[in-house]
Parts: sequence; structure tokens; C-alpha cells
Amino acid sequence: MKSLFEDLRTEEQRALAETVRRFVSAELRPYLAVSPPDEFPRRLFSRLCAMGLGGIPFPAEYGGGGADYATYALVLEELAVAGGALAGTLSVHGLPQLILSRYGTEEQRRRYLPRLASGELLGAFALTEPETGSDAAAIATRAAADGDGFLISGNKAWITHSTVADLFVVFARTGEREISAFLVEKTAPGLTPLPPERKMGLRRSPTGGLSLAGVRVPAGALVGRPGDGLGIALAALDSGRITIGALAVGLCRGALDAALGYVRTRKAFGRPLEKNDVVRARLAEMAARTEAAAALVREAARLRDSDRPFSAAAAAAKLVATDTALFVTAEAVQLCGATGVSEEFPAIHLFNDAKIAQIVEGANDVQRMVLARALLS
Amino acid sequence: MNHIVCIAYVPDTETKIRIAAGGVSIDEADVKWIVSPYDEYALEGALQMKEAKGGTVTALTFGPARADTGLRECLARGADDAIRIASEGLGEVDSLGVARLLAGAIKALPHDVVWMGNKGVGTDAQVLVPMLAELLDLPHVNLVTKLEWKDGAVLAYREIEGAREIVEMPLPGVIGATKGLNEPRYASLKGIMAAKKKAIAVKTPADAGVDPVTVAGEAAHVRWTKLELPPARQAVKLVPGDDPAKAATELLRLLRDEAKVL
Ligand SMILES: Cc1cc2nc3c(=O)[nH]c(=O)nc-3n(C[C@H](O)[C@H](O)[C@H](O)COP(=O)(O)OP(=O)(O)OC[C@H]3O[C@@H](n4cnc5c(N)ncnc54)[C@H](O)[C@@H]3O)c2cc1C
Ligand SMILES: Cc1cc2nc3c(=O)[nH]c(=O)nc-3n(C[C@H](O)[C@H](O)[C@H](O)COP(=O)(O)OP(=O)(O)OC[C@H]3O[C@@H](n4cnc5c(N)ncnc54)[C@H](O)[C@@H]3O)c2cc1C
Repeated sequence: MKSLFEDLRTEEQRALAETVRRFVSAELRPYLAVSPPDEFPRRLFSRLCAMGLGGIPFPAEYGGGGADYATYALVLEELAVAGGALAGTLSVHGLPQLILSRYGTEEQRRRYLPRLASGELLGAFALTEPETGSDAAAIATRAAADGDGFLISGNKAWITHSTVADLFVVFARTGEREISAFLVEKTAPGLTPLPPERKMGLRRSPTGGLSLAGVRVPAGALVGRPGDGLGIALAALDSGRITIGALAVGLCRGALDAALGYVRTRKAFGRPLEKNDVVRARLAEMAARTEAAAALVREAARLRDSDRPFSAAAAAAKLVATDTALFVTAEAVQLCGATGVSEEFPAIHLFNDAKIAQIVEGANDVQRMVLARALLS
Repeated sequence: MNHIVCIAYVPDTETKIRIAAGGVSIDEADVKWIVSPYDEYALEGALQMKEAKGGTVTALTFGPARADTGLRECLARGADDAIRIASEGLGEVDSLGVARLLAGAIKALPHDVVWMGNKGVGTDAQVLVPMLAELLDLPHVNLVTKLEWKDGAVLAYREIEGAREIVEMPLPGVIGATKGLNEPRYASLKGIMAAKKKAIAVKTPADAGVDPVTVAGEAAHVRWTKLELPPARQAVKLVPGDDPAKAATELLRLLRDEAKVL
């Protein structure tokens, strides 16, 4: 379903949305229909990068798109209509780019940003560990000074692109009360991805553990100063929340499309389901809530684009959009009856992705915590 | 080399077509418009040539203001300039009229290759390529699926029944592109942003050297007298039975005697 507010988009935004829709129907959907459900679509990711979508909001002087977050969010929303995995990939790929753009040295930017934007390199963000997720300050992975570099040891868990990424931003402890961020290339000796998790949704985006067994990185791998790591991670997640919100809105639109398609052709009690008032009321509710979530995500992106503090707004947008996505996708499954629970049809996949969206980039209770802190400060 | 690509902005092939009151035109409300897919092959061909050998690509259309969106899309994909000959207020113009308008505009521009789709989705008249070439006094090759460039000429491959025909055409000339020639690119983010800054030149028929009364309305040689939707597709016929061999025989009989396709 197109946004009710499509007409508020600029001409360029409309052209871009249309281009992404074409990509979704000409390439993404046909791919999803025939590919193994756990295959990472690297080729489609490369296609997106060739369209200039590998680094949408990052500086053009380092190969990025130089566009705003509103534009980035719009692309993620349009992609996620067909499922969250590829949008999730673009979102996570954006985290190392954001970190490099904002905290990297000139040399680090030149070395990595153009290749990330072009898709030559796929990025990842390694914060979560087996023993800690929400409480990022409690990570146990350590980076010890070693000659002119660092030796990183520990275990990461639930890392998107664990088996396919080329460049990881790894967060590790450099002191008792100090966390730092490091650039680790996939070829670094001692870095081993574990077999990916078998999860309910976002299955085409591999997620799994990393073992870091004395991974040596040069001094130039440190991003920012020692001790900046937690701030860097939280800042990246603030922006990332807008992207997950956009992804969630896309899931809503995809679910609404699936439900509309079903009720138009399905007959029950002597008439098409679309003529049934209960069904119609449900569809209206789904659409209204979707637009509300979309508006909130748009406003959060706009706030970020206007260089104002946006952390609380991004938390609100991520919370509302992903909760809305779970509601709307569940309604879509319901409206499609038994067809809704079939893996041959999109509704259940969108539902599964929506559930995961409530957990990634900060579980929704953490969004509530962030928002409440802002309210009560 | 200077490339001119003629673009038709047409109803999306997936749009549900309704016939407007009066019965001679389609109801344009709710129609989604797109650059005709055959023209996309033409544009892509021109862009690839420009990237290989330099030059410029100009997208040209005859149409109403909404066609600017299609031209903008061509600019976003990499065209340098865009020109629209405004169709507003002209009424119905037939293929020859369109060819005259396009030819008039093209004559005023430097052109080594004029590109078109072999047909416009929607009207599917398939006559513009030869008409335009005649009016420009240029050679043409139509239904092209592959090109090889030589000095001052082009080798064009055409699929013909049971064989492939290779035609050498001296340049300047007109190329009618069709499916298979290439894989049209998507507009890139940078292209879309850059297209915003490019201007679309809007011309009148008079600018193209054509007096509107000589192409429109009563002057048109071809006029639509009636439009009809194709008959609704018949329901699927299932051949019943538990015995596959018997069912296959029955299917053969139906295909031969009823559908008459064997
Ligand atoms: C598909 C997928 C991809 C992921 N990709 C990445 C990645 O690329 N990089 C990365 O670093 N991590 C990634 N993660 C991990 C993700 O960020 C964490 O799962 C998330 O932060 C939650 O942490 P946790 O799983 O340890 O849950 P826990 O921290 O154990 O929390 C469990 C639950 O407890 C509640 N809770 C926790 N803390 C609070 C609190 N303070 N207030 C109220 N309630 C609370 C919440 O309900 C929460 O859902 C990914 C996870 C998934 C599922
Ligand atoms: C795992 C599984 C096991 C099953 N096992 C069996 C079995 O053993 N035997 C068997 O016979 N069937 C079985 N079923 C089928 C099940 O009973 C039907 O799926 C169920 O009755 C819904 O019918 P439907 O799927 O055709 O949905 P539809 O009738 O197409 O309805 C789809 C949706 O439309 C809405 N709707 C429909 N009618 C109305 C109405 N009058 N007013 C308001 N809203 C309406 C509802 O939201 C509904 O969910 C099974 C289904 C599943 C998923």
C-alpha cells in the first residue's frame, strides 16, 4: 500500500521510491521466490550499491550518497515491503559507515568509506555478547595494548553479517571502566565466525557469534579515543533506531498489501471478504496505525536531519513502529486465515520479521527506558 | 557522438485500463504512467555508447506535462538534456503527426544516432521508426537486439524468423531498439539528485516547425473510432479423470477440436 502521504514527498523522493519499487518487483521478489530461505543475497546488495544506495546518508566526498536520513528511511521502508532482511542489511551496513564518518580519522575514512558505499565491503557492528545485550556497558571482550597495537579477546553474539561481513566494528574493554571501538577486517587471524543462529525471521540476513582469540589489530584500528567506545555504540544505535523504524513501516505496508490481496479474492458467507464490515474495519485500523508509525519515523528522521538532539524521538519511533508492525502483521496473518500461516505466503514472514524488529537495535523495553529517562530528566 | 532518444510516456502495462466516456480514448484517472519499456532499451543503448565514446544524450518526447516525470527519469538515468514538445490543446495526433513533430525537433539538434523503441507500449503501432527515418532522410534499422560500433557505421543484429540478420547501417541513422538489446539500468540516487538540477526544455509544435492544424484533429490520417476491451478470459477447463493416459488423450482432443491450436 502506498502511503496516504505520498503527495508530501518531494519529486526526487517519489522518483527514488518508484525506483526502489521497481527493484523490489523486478529483482527482489523473484529472488525471494526461488532462493533458499537462508541464503544471504549478496548479489542484490551489490545491485543496490550500484544504484548508489550502499551509503545513502553518508558524505559524498567518501563515496556516499550525501542524502538525508529521511531519504535513507524511505528506501528502507520501500525495500522492507517484501521482507526485512535486505533492508536490515542496509541498516546494519550503515552503522560502521556512520561510525567512520563521525569518529574516524581521515585515513580510516579514505580507506574504508568508499569501499563500503560501493558494496565492495560489507559492514557489521559487533557489540552484543553471549552474557550481555541490553546492558552494553557490561561487555567482557578485552583489548589489551600489545606493542604498537591491540590484542582483542572475547566472544560476540547475535552479530548481523557475522559470516559474510568484510569489516567489523568491534567494541571491547580497554580498561576497567573503559570501552573502545576497533575496526577489524574479516581476514584478521584469530577472528572466527560461529555457525549462524537458526532464527524465526530475517533468515536471509545471517546472525551469529564471533570468536576473537587474540586478534591483533594495529593502533590505526582504534576508532576515536580509548574510552569513546560506549558513546560511539550508543550514538550509532540512536541513528540505527530510525532505520529499524523505517523497516518496520515497510513490513506494515507489505502486510497490508498481503491482506488486501487475500480479502479481494476470497469469498466467505456468500460474498467477498472485502465486503465484510468486520474485515473492512480491521483493514482501516491497520492502515491508520501504519500511517501513524510512518509519520513518527519521518519526523524522527527530520529531526535528525535538522541537527537537533533526536535520541528520545528515535527511541519513540522505533518503539511505536515495531510494535505497530507486530500488530499489523498479526492482523494480516489473521485476515488471511490458514493461508496466513503458510510459509508459501508473505504474511507470516513479515510477522516473524516484525517480532525480531522489536528486539534489535535495543529491545523495546530499552526504548521505553531511554524515553522515560528523557521525560524525567 | 550525439544521441537523441525518443521517449513515449505510456500507461504502465500493469495498469487496469478503462475506456473513457465517448469510447475512443482511455480513462486517464488512476492510470500509472511509465517510460515505454522499449524506449528504456533505446535510452540504455545511447547511455552505454556515450559512456564508451563520449558525446551527449538528449531525451525527447511529444506529450503533456505529466511526461516531464518520464523525462526526469531519463535525466536521472544519465541523459544530459530533455526536451518536451507540448501536446496540450492539440487533440488527437496520429503516428505520422508525431513523427513530423519529432523530426522537426531533431532537425534543429546535432544528431548522430536517433534512438527509439521499436514500438510504444499501449498503441503498439510500430510505424514511428521508419516514418521518422524517412522524414529525417536517414537510414534506419529496426528491432535491434545487438549492436557493434564501427567507424561511421553500426552493425545491427536483428532476430528474424529462424535466423539472425546482421545489417550494416551508415551513421547518422535511426535505431529501433527492442527487448534483448541490453538490460536497462535503474536510476541511481546520485542521478536522481542531479536530475533535479537539470532543466526540461518545453517547446511548441511551432518550435518544431510544424503547424498544429496540419497534424491534429481533422488533419490526422488515422483516427480512433472505437475502443473495446478484450473479452473476459474464459474459465479454466479442468480435464477430469483418474487415468492420466485417458486424460492426456482427452486434452489432446480438446486442443485439436475445440481450441484448434494443434
Ligand atoms: C536478528 C538479530 C540481529 C542482531 N544483530 C546485532 C548486531 O549486528 N550487532 C550487535 O551487537 N547485536 C545484534 N543483535 C543483538 C541485539 O542487539 C540484542 O538482542 C538486543 O540488544 C537485546 O539484548 P539481549 O538479546 O541480550 O536481551 P537481554 O539484554 O537479555 O534482554 C532481554 C529482555 O529483558 C528486558 N530488558 C533488558 N534490559 C532492560 C531494561 N533496562 N529495562 C527494561 N527491560 C529490560 C527486555 O524486555 C529485553 O527484551 C541482534 C539480535 C538479533 C535478534
Ligand atoms: C494448522 C491448521 C490446522 C487446520 N486443521 C484443520 C482440520 O483439521 N480440519 C479442517 O476442516 N480445517 C482445518 N484447518 C482450517 C481452519 O479451520 C480454517 O483455516 C479456519 O476455519 C479459517 O478459515 P480460512 O482459512 O478459510 O479463512 P477465511 O474463511 O478465508 O477467513 C479469513 C479471515 O477473514 C475474516 N473473516 C472471515 N469470515 C468472517 C466473518 N464472517 N466476519 C468477520 N470476519 C471474517 C477473519 O479474520 C478470518 O481470519 C486448519 C488450519 C490450520 C492453520
